[in-house]
Amino acid sequence: MALEKQRFDTLILGAGGAGLNAALQLANANLKVAVVSKVFPTRSHTVAAQGGVNAALANVLPDNWHWHMFDTVKGSDYLGDQDAIEYMCREAIPTVYELEHNGVPFSRLANGKIYQRAFGGQSQDFGGEQAARTCAAADRTGHAILHTLYQQNIRAKTHFYDEFFAVDLIKDDEGIILGALVLNIATGEPLLIESKTTLLATGGCGQVFRTTSNAHINTGDGMAMVLRADLPLMDMEFFQFHPTGIAGKGMLITEGVRGEGGYLINKDGDRFMEKYAPNAKDLASRDVVARSIVTEVRDGHGCGPEADHVMLKVNHLNEDVIAKRLPGIRESAKIFAGVDPVKDPIPVFPTAHYVMGGIPTDRFGRVMPTADDDGESLPGLYAAGECACASVHGANRLGGNSLLDILVFGRLAGHNIIDYVKENKAHRPLNEASVEASMARLDRWDAKGEGMTVSQLRNEFRKTMEDHAGVFRVEDMMAEGVEKVKKIREKLNDVRLSDHTRTFNTNRTEALELENLIDVGLAIAVSALHRKESRGAHSRPDYPKRDDANWMKHTLYWRESDKLDYKGVRVQPLTVESFPPKERVY
Amino acid sequence: MIIQDSDLADIDRLRWQCRRGMLELDVLLEAFLEQHYEALSPRLKRHFIQFLEFPDPIIHAWCIGGESPDDDEFAELVSSIRATSVV
Repeated sequence: MALEKQRFDTLILGAGGAGLNAALQLANANLKVAVVSKVFPTRSHTVAAQGGVNAALANVLPDNWHWHMFDTVKGSDYLGDQDAIEYMCREAIPTVYELEHNGVPFSRLANGKIYQRAFGGQSQDFGGEQAARTCAAADRTGHAILHTLYQQNIRAKTHFYDEFFAVDLIKDDEGIILGALVLNIATGEPLLIESKTTLLATGGCGQVFRTTSNAHINTGDGMAMVLRADLPLMDMEFFQFHPTGIAGKGMLITEGVRGEGGYLINKDGDRFMEKYAPNAKDLASRDVVARSIVTEVRDGHGCGPEADHVMLKVNHLNEDVIAKRLPGIRESAKIFAGVDPVKDPIPVFPTAHYVMGGIPTDRFGRVMPTADDDGESLPGLYAAGECACASVHGANRLGGNSLLDILVFGRLAGHNIIDYVKENKAHRPLNEASVEASMARLDRWDAKGEGMTVSQLRNEFRKTMEDHAGVFRVEDMMAEGVEKVKKIREKLNDVRLSDHTRTFNTNRTEALELENLIDVGLAIAVSALHRKESRGAHSRPDYPKRDDANWMKHTLYWRESDKLDYKGVRVQPLTVESFPPKERVY
Repeated sequence: MIIQDSDLADIDRLRWQCRRGMLELDVLLEAFLEQHYEALSPRLKRHFIQFLEFPDPIIHAWCIGGESPDDDEFAELVSSIRATSVV
């Protein structure tokens, strides 16, 4: 059967906050827009973002975008690009107002203005008093934004391909992206979407680690598509771990549990944080607590039959305190850990939460294909959201800046695409060889016979990533991890599907996701091995200090030969003075 | 939504519908589908298919947040889902 083809001005891969906000700008400008999403759009992972969106509206306390910029640069451990950060913090304000006008039901003050709550890492006057910068829609901000943007896109006649899986970018001999091959999950049939411009907005990749708070859909699909198109990923070594996820499962147990008096113990019942952080103890910063937990487990003090986690003790707290101040935690622990925290401690381990790195872009969402500091963007290809790296989070992300990132850069990429399409009205000729290569990759999964299952190799891979490229990063074990993941990449050839039907074949979709996970996993492992310093979320006990003389630079990883290169951090903002690196004290 | 009798047996489709935006729902709904769906009455199977159309925060509030649906039939389904073993 001939391959079905469709043509659009813009193809957007992913229907979270970034993809939908970009699509809305484009559809409102009467461009022909296709949005491809492997799940129904309002089930994108943006829905899990409860916290809110940072914008210096100054509705509750004095604030301005310049203070927000300072906090973001400091939070990034000075690895963020200051031009992009200035741009994001300025654009935060019109972005939030546009969402308000589109109908997002933000929580409000008595005077009718948008309510703003205080969050860690927010300051007034460049490191002074606490600021209140986060706009929220009760505790369902992500859902409210997704729902509003989806409805607005339906009104604006955006064309949705729901439950379609993006397989590969299609490119010509000059490296220009011509669209993508996608797979209809319901029928198993491929579809070629040709586009003048393509935006990757496929979200994060937390599923590379065994223990993650990310939904099952977060498999780094867009990142891996970029790698296979011979383009780089940037700063992939920077992965934020939350210290207390339910062991072996990953669901977050909020910091509030320790804030209310809960504490961590090892198999001997020792309150081990007293040893690692004598003053702050269990309330030390996230990275310190996460590393302490892993150290206890590595030193043989872990709990359980596999000795692979520690315990979070809350049963000394009053049952009423748990019910009133920690709602949901008791149910979550009962369902996912099988313990009632009123009676027994909760098994916990650090859980992979957010990737700061991704597809390198400039502040307009344009993909930057080289390590050249003054290099040009790749015409017509854009990325936004967690899959992209603008880079506004640098080595660590502030709370409330992730929803902001996806909304601002989705919107700005949309505006930039409108200008690009005005100047580039025609589709470029299709490159059949690129389509055939992608079809061959898809057809490879039709091979029958004996072999490993997808879940066997996925389990081996995710455990390897957790053990060798997770929280605890020292040279020898990381080098060993890179070799192990390379071997796992070769083992992909031995994997066979157990199900060869066409309709809703989850086994086949999961095989394609596994290929993506492994490509992205190697980007993380190789990038982390070579950054010989500790900065932000990347912590190396063998190189415990930040090294600005040698490492104020971004890592770029290419899949071909697992090559690395580096480019400088953009320390010059657009209109204000640069914030020079300082030791971070909170 | 209109549910045909043939939809009740389409486990592959339902398995993909259990892919959600929240990890908690992925784990709980997939486990429920694998462990309990087959044994449900046709009436409850229809409820489950309808149930999957609710937004994630609502499903989360019902299954994990301790809230209860007003509708008795959804409440029956939710209590079965909450009793699913995922440990």
